[in-house]
Amino acid sequence: MQTQTLTSVLDAQRDRQALVLITPLEGGSEEIVREDAFDRGHDHAGTIAECFRTGRSTIVEAGDGELFFQAFLPAPRIMIIGATHIGQVLVRLAREVGIEPLVIDPRTAFATEERFRDVDIITEWPGEALQELGLDRRCGVVCLAHVPDIDDEALGAALESDCFYIGALGSSRSHAKRLERLKEKGCAEAGFGRIHGPVGLDIGSVSPAEIALSIIAEIVKDLRSAPAE
Amino acid sequence: MSKTLETAKSWVDEGRDVALATVVETWGSAPVPVGGHLVIDAGGDFEGSVSGGCVEAEVIARAEDVIASGKSELLEFGVANETAWGVGLACGGRIRVFVEKLG
Repeated sequence: MQTQTLTSVLDAQRDRQALVLITPLEGGSEEIVREDAFDRGHDHAGTIAECFRTGRSTIVEAGDGELFFQAFLPAPRIMIIGATHIGQVLVRLAREVGIEPLVIDPRTAFATEERFRDVDIITEWPGEALQELGLDRRCGVVCLAHVPDIDDEALGAALESDCFYIGALGSSRSHAKRLERLKEKGCAEAGFGRIHGPVGLDIGSVSPAEIALSIIAEIVKDLRSAPAE
Repeated sequence: MSKTLETAKSWVDEGRDVALATVVETWGSAPVPVGGHLVIDAGGDFEGSVSGGCVEAEVIARAEDVIASGKSELLEFGVANETAWGVGLACGGRIRVFVEKLG
């Protein structure tokens, strides 16, 4: 691999741009196909389109040897609503599993750089922030503020999107009350089943770190079981 | 995935001779998916993985040859496949690993 190719791949990942790297396994020069400059007339347009769609890499037997199509898609993201203690641990765990965390909390006392180093913190209300960021199927939303005004607003936005994961901290009782509030706000009940509440896999978590671990496990589970389209 | 590539880039920037191993195909049970990377330098330092640890030593050894010759290699490992070093995958899967020099 050329150093320039490696640099291009890393730059694209940083800029959240998708690309496919084509490597001839029996010698020859590699090629980069960027999603934003993808020519549908390419000899292997079908394979490349499939790489962009699924994020899966694949080998194709071409006339003069095998070609390896390696898909580099932007990392999935989770929007962490609530700059809380659980959120602090969740930021670190997300990074370890290759998920990019973002923290949203309008309460500037919580959302400080001191508490959240090296992660993007947005001190806006979640409705506004999520609107600006845009939620797609490679995004998850986890509500940890435990303040109805903040969490409900984020849930409303999440339910209107096709994000792959929605979770909200709280007991079954508080979750039932939350659903009542969302119903009053006019959210479609059909989507309520998408919200994980209580949040996280049931591993008997007690401490904030354990709860964060159960949440990241649930996020990975949903990410990996999500259909490609 | 890109953490290993970032390490690769920083090693190249430091002027080290580096090889990159990439899982290009898997059959059956394989702990590292297609696209998984292992980066190796001429001194045998490495980061990342191409398996659960079963074939790394072999890949690292072959990477030293790739760094020396500059010629890429395609390696295949599997239980049914006796390699020169007798390395196999305990999990019963089969993988193919592409090893190339960086730069």
